[in-house]
Amino acid sequence: MIPELGHFALALGVALGFAQAIVPLWGAQRRDLRMMQAAPALALGQFLALGISFGSLVWSGVTSDFSVLTVAENTNSLEPLIYKITGSWGNHEGSILFWCLILTLCGAAVAEFGDALPTSLRARVIGVLGLAGVGFELFALLESDPFARLMPAPIDGRDMNPLLQDPGLAMHPPILYIGYVGFAVPFAFAVAALLEGRIDAAWGRWVRPWTLAAWCFLTGGIALGSWWAYYELGWGGFWFWDPVENASLLPWLTGTALLHSALVVEKREALKVWTVLLAIGTFSLSLSGTFLVRSGILNSVHSFANDPARGVFILALLGLVIGGSLLLFALRAPVLAASGVFAPISREGGLVLNNILLCSIAAVVLTGTMYPLFADLLLGEKLSVGAPFFNATVFPLAVPLFAAMAVGPALSWKRADLGPALQKLWWAALVAALVGAGAATLTSLLPALVFAASAWLILGAAADLAVRVRLFRIPLGASLRRLGGLPRGSFGTTLAHAGLGITIAGIAGMSLAQSSIVLLKPGETTHLDGYDWQLETLHDAAGPNYAARVATIRISRDGRTVVTLAPERRSFPVQQITTTEAKISTNLLRDLYAVLGEERDGGAVLRLHVNPLAPWIWLGALVMAAGGIVSLADRRLRVGAPTRRTAAVPAE
Amino acid sequence: MTRKRRRLALVLACGIGLGTAAALTLSAFSDSVAFFVSPSELAQKAPGPGRTFRLGGLVVAGSVARTLDDGRPAATFRVGDGHSEVSVRYVGILPDLFREGQGIVALGTLAPDGSFRAQEVLAKHDETYMPKEVADALKKSGRWRPEAGPPPPASTWNDLSVRKAGG
Repeated sequence: MIPELGHFALALGVALGFAQAIVPLWGAQRRDLRMMQAAPALALGQFLALGISFGSLVWSGVTSDFSVLTVAENTNSLEPLIYKITGSWGNHEGSILFWCLILTLCGAAVAEFGDALPTSLRARVIGVLGLAGVGFELFALLESDPFARLMPAPIDGRDMNPLLQDPGLAMHPPILYIGYVGFAVPFAFAVAALLEGRIDAAWGRWVRPWTLAAWCFLTGGIALGSWWAYYELGWGGFWFWDPVENASLLPWLTGTALLHSALVVEKREALKVWTVLLAIGTFSLSLSGTFLVRSGILNSVHSFANDPARGVFILALLGLVIGGSLLLFALRAPVLAASGVFAPISREGGLVLNNILLCSIAAVVLTGTMYPLFADLLLGEKLSVGAPFFNATVFPLAVPLFAAMAVGPALSWKRADLGPALQKLWWAALVAALVGAGAATLTSLLPALVFAASAWLILGAAADLAVRVRLFRIPLGASLRRLGGLPRGSFGTTLAHAGLGITIAGIAGMSLAQSSIVLLKPGETTHLDGYDWQLETLHDAAGPNYAARVATIRISRDGRTVVTLAPERRSFPVQQITTTEAKISTNLLRDLYAVLGEERDGGAVLRLHVNPLAPWIWLGALVMAAGGIVSLADRRLRVGAPTRRTAAVPAE
Repeated sequence: MTRKRRRLALVLACGIGLGTAAALTLSAFSDSVAFFVSPSELAQKAPGPGRTFRLGGLVVAGSVARTLDDGRPAATFRVGDGHSEVSVRYVGILPDLFREGQGIVALGTLAPDGSFRAQEVLAKHDETYMPKEVADALKKSGRWRPEAGPPPPASTWNDLSVRKAGG
C-alpha cells in the first residue's frame, strides 16, 4: 500500500509541477496578479507531494518491503538501519526521485523566503523551477519508476554494493545533490531575468545567497566524496580525475566563478550578461554531470547505475533544458546589455581575472572529460585521458589564479593601484617565498611551488584582515572592536581563500607520500619513511552482513609504538564481493595508511602509505564551506532582508 | 584609460586565458593521451617503446603466475581477445576481482621483449561488468555477438578463454 501511495504522490507532484510551470509564467506574461500569486502555494504543494513520495520509498526500505524492486535489489534484511535508509538514494531510481525532491525543496525555499522579491520575478523563478522539475519527475514516473513491484517478492534482498555501505558515502550523495540542484535556483533567476528583460544590483543580491548556499553544499559534497575514495577504495589516492569526479568539479569551478561575478553585478552593475550565462552554464554542467553519469555514457569505476536504455530520454531532457535556456539567452541577452566598463586594475578587474582563469580550467577539464567520448563517436578511436593530462593543463592555469587570489580582496572597487595593495601583503609574500625556498631544499620544485602558493593564500587572507582592522597600528582593543564591526562577508572571503590554501598544502603534501607493497609473514617487520611496520597477527572476524579477515599491524618509531592498525578484507556473501577496508591513523600532520591484500605463502601482502598533510585536503574544504556559511550569515545577504543599503556598513 | 582601451584590455585578457588553455590542452593531448589497444591490434602494430597505452582483454585461464619481485608481490599473466595473447607483468596488489577469465584493463608500456609492463590493473567490482573496451574487442574478434544475447557472465568467461587458448 505504502509504495502505491508514493507512486500516487509522485504522479500528483507531476500534475502540480505542470500547474507550477504554466500558471505563474503565464500570469507573469499577462500581468495577472492572481495567477502570479498562486506560485508559492503550488511550489509548497509540489514539495509536499514529492516529500510523501520519497518518504514512502524510505519507509519501504526501512521495513524491508522486498516486493519493491529497488528495495529488493539494493538492501538486505541484515543490513544496519542506516544503510536501509541510504539504500533509497544509493540506486538509479531512488537517486532520481531524491534529485526531484531537492528541486522541489528549492522551489519551496524560494516560495518561503522570497517575500521580498518582486511578484513577477518570484512567479517566474518558481515557474522555471517547476518546468525543470516536471521534466525529471516525468522521467522518474515513466522511465525509472522507483516503486515498481516485484512478483513474487523474494525472501531477502540483494544487498547494497558493499563499497557503498559506509557512513561517509551515506551522506555524500544527499549533500552533493543539494549542491548540484541548488544551482537550479540561480539558473531559474537567470532565465526569469531573461524573460523579464532586466537585471539590476538587487538581482545580483538575490542570486548570490542561493549560489553561495549551493556552492557550500557542493564543496562539502565533493570533499566527502574524495575522502570516501581515500579511505574506502583503498588506493591511497584522493582524486583520480575520473569522469564522475570531473562531473562534480566542473559545476564547482563555474559555480565559484558565478559566485564572484554575481558580486560584480551586485556592487557595480557590470558583467550582467556574463553572469546570466554563467548561471545557465553552471546548472547545465550540474545536470549533465548527474545525468550523463546516471545514463552510463561516461563509463567509469564510480558509476553504480548504468542503463543506456534510459539515456535517450535523459539526453532529450538535457537538450531541452540546456538548449532552451541558451536559445532564450541568445534571443534576450541583447536586451540586458550595456553594462559598465571598468579599470583593469580594480576589485572587479580582479574578479574578471578570477572568472577567466576558473572558466579556462573548467574548459580544459571539460575537454579532457569529453574527449574520449567524442573520439570514440567521431573518430572511432578508443583512448583515455588520465591524470597526466589534467595535471599538465590545470596546474599552469591554477598558479596565476592562486597568485591573484590573495591580491584581489586587497584591491578597491572601481579603480585601484597595485602598489598599495601589494604593500599590504609584503610580509605574506616574504613568508611564502621563504616557505617555497625552504620546501625546495627538501623536495622537488613543483611541491615547493604549491607550498609557497598555500602560504601565500593563507597569509594573504590573514594580512588582508589585519589591514582592515588596522592591527598593530591602533590599540589591540580598538582592532578587536573593528573586527567585530567588519561585515561577515569579508570574514567569509578570508576563510574561503585560506581554506583553499589549506587544501592545496594537503595536495602538495600528498605528492610527497611514500608507499610500499610488501609480503610479510606474522611477526615480520618492514621499514617505511622512518616507521617500523610489524605484522602481528592474521585472524578472522565476523560482521553483521560480512565475514572479515583482519591483519593487526603494529607501527613503531624508534622502538616506541605509535599505533596499531587493523586493516580488513571483507567478503559479502549476498553480493559475493570482497572489499578491502583500509585503516588510517592520523595526527593531522601525516596519515599512516595500511591496506591488507591477498594472502599467500603463509604471509599477507600489505600496502603501506605515509601521507604527509593528507587530512588538510578535506579540512581545507571544510574551512572553505564554513567561509561560505559565514558569508551567508551576512546581514546584507540575508534572504528577505531589506534591499535598501543600511547606513552603518563599514568601509571596505 | 578610455572606454575603448578598457574593453580591449578585457578582450585581450579573455583571449590570453583561453589561448593558454587551448595551447596547454593541445600540448598535453599530444603526449598524455592513452590509446586503447587490444591484443590482436598489438600483434599487428605495436605502439613505440615508452609510449603509455591501455591494454584490454580477458585474463587467459591458467596463465596467472604469482611471484616475488625484490620482496614485493608481482604477477605474470596473459591477456587475450580470442586471436592474440600478450604476456603482462605487474608488480603490486591485483584488484579484488582479478581472476582468470575476468576482463581487465591494464595501463602501461611495452617492454623490449614484447611483453607488457602494467603500472595499473583495473577490474571492476561487479560480477556482470565487462570493461567497454573488452566488450568491443570481443565483438570485433567475433567471440560475442550482441544480437545473440547479453555477454556471458564473468564466471563462464573462464571456459570461453580456455576454448580460445586451445584454438
